[in-house]
Amino acid sequence: MMKRLLDGVSPRALVLLAAFAAALVAAPYVASPYVLSVLIISLYFAFVGQAWNLMIGFAGLLSLGHALFVGLGAYTSAVLFIQFSIEPWAGVCAAIAVSVLMGSVIGYLGFRFSIRGVYFALLTIAFAEFTGILVDHSGWLGGSSGLFLPVTHGNGNNVFMLRGSQSMFYYVILFLTGAALVLCRLLVSSKLGLYWLAIREDQEAAEASGVPLFRYKMIAVAISSGMTGIAGVWYAFYYNNLFPEATFSTAQSIELILGTVVGGVGTLFGPILGAFLLTPLGEVLTGLTESFDIDGIKTFFWGLCVIAIVLFRPGGIWPWLSGLLDLDGRRRRSQP
Amino acid sequence: MPAEIYLNVAVSGLLTGLIYGLSALGLSVIFGVIRIVNFAHGEIMVGGMFVTLLLFRHLGIDPLAAVPVVAVALFSFGYFLQDLVVRRVAHLADHMQFLLMAAIAVVIVSLCLMIFGPDAQAAHVSYAYDSFEIGPLLVDKVRVYAGLAALVVSALLFAFFRYTDTGKAIRACGDNYMGALVVGLNVRRLYALTFGIGCACLGAAGAILVLLIDVHPYLGPSYTLLAFIIVIIGGLGSLPGALLGGLLIGVSEAMAGLFMQPSLKSAVSFGLLILVLLLRPQGLLGKAAR
Amino acid sequence: MSVTGVREPAGLKVEGITKRFSGLTAVDKVSFEVEPGTIQALIGPNGAGKTTTFNMIAGALQPDEGDVKLDDRSLVGMRPDQICRAGVGRTFQIVRPFNELPVLENVAVGALVWTDDIDEARAYALEMLDLLGLADRREAFPGSITLPDRKCLEVARALATKPKLLLLDEVMAGLRPTETDRMVEIFRRRNRETGLTILLIEHVMRAVMALSSRVVVLNYGKVIAEGTPEEVTRDPDVLHCYLGAEEIG
Repeated sequence: MMKRLLDGVSPRALVLLAAFAAALVAAPYVASPYVLSVLIISLYFAFVGQAWNLMIGFAGLLSLGHALFVGLGAYTSAVLFIQFSIEPWAGVCAAIAVSVLMGSVIGYLGFRFSIRGVYFALLTIAFAEFTGILVDHSGWLGGSSGLFLPVTHGNGNNVFMLRGSQSMFYYVILFLTGAALVLCRLLVSSKLGLYWLAIREDQEAAEASGVPLFRYKMIAVAISSGMTGIAGVWYAFYYNNLFPEATFSTAQSIELILGTVVGGVGTLFGPILGAFLLTPLGEVLTGLTESFDIDGIKTFFWGLCVIAIVLFRPGGIWPWLSGLLDLDGRRRRSQP
Repeated sequence: MPAEIYLNVAVSGLLTGLIYGLSALGLSVIFGVIRIVNFAHGEIMVGGMFVTLLLFRHLGIDPLAAVPVVAVALFSFGYFLQDLVVRRVAHLADHMQFLLMAAIAVVIVSLCLMIFGPDAQAAHVSYAYDSFEIGPLLVDKVRVYAGLAALVVSALLFAFFRYTDTGKAIRACGDNYMGALVVGLNVRRLYALTFGIGCACLGAAGAILVLLIDVHPYLGPSYTLLAFIIVIIGGLGSLPGALLGGLLIGVSEAMAGLFMQPSLKSAVSFGLLILVLLLRPQGLLGKAAR
Repeated sequence: MSVTGVREPAGLKVEGITKRFSGLTAVDKVSFEVEPGTIQALIGPNGAGKTTTFNMIAGALQPDEGDVKLDDRSLVGMRPDQICRAGVGRTFQIVRPFNELPVLENVAVGALVWTDDIDEARAYALEMLDLLGLADRREAFPGSITLPDRKCLEVARALATKPKLLLLDEVMAGLRPTETDRMVEIFRRRNRETGLTILLIEHVMRAVMALSSRVVVLNYGKVIAEGTPEEVTRDPDVLHCYLGAEEIG
């Protein structure tokens, strides 16, 4: 497995990755709570970004309603915890099941009715918004006033209960992001990954070469939605309150995918790079524009930054950066 | 409930639907020809609404009279937006185009926030509370004028595409990009014109809507989604379809308001969207090929 | 290197297949047989329905009527990937490589039809590339190799699926005579060594004469002649509809 993980990766890239990972592991010991919270958010978007990346980068399906799976995972585990005292390490199984089920339904409908491209994207938006409205009107889920998880303080860190200090949550999301990276790398360099890339490049040629389209697209959708469901569980227990408007909205879905699109869709490190670029950028802009005290000024510059990135680095920042630093050796975009 | 109420609600819905249809025309024109999905649709319209408000507040121009001005202003905006910015992503993947339009939307909203602030604002015309009485029908004057204005602008648009050379040239581009290039049409300029026209529709629809609703910077997303629902139901790329879809959604939303809470109304629209996407993605009047 | 990919040679029976496109009958009750282990050509003027016939055999299109049998097993109703799994490999008239994948990975995709082990797939892919003379360009991307090489790539990918029947759609188009001869030799050798059945659509008569033991001629969706290459090229009906064909011989 180690061979598969490392095969084809240039030593330079490995060193940089190791340094980055080391810095992240050491962070809670040296960083202030504020910086740590920014890192936590970055890691969260890196994790969900990788999940979303699977669906578009490999199954070629653009999902603009991915917040649906965060919400499903969050609400499922939260309700199980509140109503039945089921702890998150067990609740996550249900959360994954619900997310995968919903994802499979959407994927199946999309496939069965041959819905692609922008139509599929709209379908995902519709499902997410529809679910959000349903949850908004469901009293037993807290409705629009929100669902609140009971928090007990001062009992130390308990990973399985997802209760503890900020550092504990940090390490959990760091672990999840790292595990996702390893998983994606293993998948991509397997039969599954190669079939996915073939589907992405030319569906019909892939089919003629023996690739069962439906099965492999559905696998991508299932893994993508399941992973996002796990993120939802973490989200629920970190924030301890869930509001349908915020959790399921299209605005949330867009926020989830920004990092990946900016970093580079279909690449391995794109989602992580993008998340660690945009989140701190947002904070920096907030800091710079706070003193002006004008509504909207931060988002104004933020939007301009994104436009600039799209216009000047349309393939994403990661491919450009890795080319610049010669991180990919002789291989190119289909490997990290 | 007495039948009159149904009738009144339906007529009110129809009139509102005409405006929705006009805004959806803008979306449909852009997608039908340039094949770009304008995710900044609602935000551009909101921009137009604020311009209308400005004209009303500072120059006393009635929103309906402002329609041509706002349409021209947004036309120029759209023309240059397409020519300078959007054109560069035309060959890129869907998600990149989407991200660009979403970012443009954010910039527009931010500008509106910066200039006008987050609070809702309205234009109170002198005849805001008058109404027409025709038998059992009791309709607000503003709604009637608004609906009629939308109808007039839509008719002008149809006429443009049907009878003018430029209009036909634009339709040609939409039908067959390569063919248009080959026969020597200046596709780049025509695309810019098309985007401009699409935004002009939005400007007109926005100016008309100012008569009916309060304006605030966050209106955008719901109108974008609404326009998508209308265009999908009516058929992407079909102009009559956009109007028809607008009428349908206008009426169904109004009628749904009679039977359920307002917030559930959008659930009905989304449900309809899902059904249409699954069962008849080309919509009512759209072309079957995608 | 051992000659792997030996499978039981398969025969193809096309029985009365018909395909209509909104009022136009592109293929009209076409029937022919390809004996196991032989090379047969399908020729005819442009628009005769040759590629449509191929698409029906490979599963990209479903026939409105008729049947297609690979060794008595009906292929109609099966998906293209299932048909590939059953032993039919195909190339496309306009090559369709996976552009963001290196040459080796392109071919490896084909091999994954019969193995789950990606290393085994890559090893076999390398063998196929060797056969087609592309082994030295295995790290290159399709965009940076020549058209003849891309055609070889397409063939290698189809061969990697270990087919019993290979469908070649105008594979010689755009090749120079020396390249054509090389391709012909590769197919001849493959057929001789493994018994691979080949059905090819071709306009390049040089290749048709050199390769095929039997020729079927289509025009306006119907079979108008069948026989050995010599018989067919002397058939007055064929000559009549096929004016403009290359000099024969």
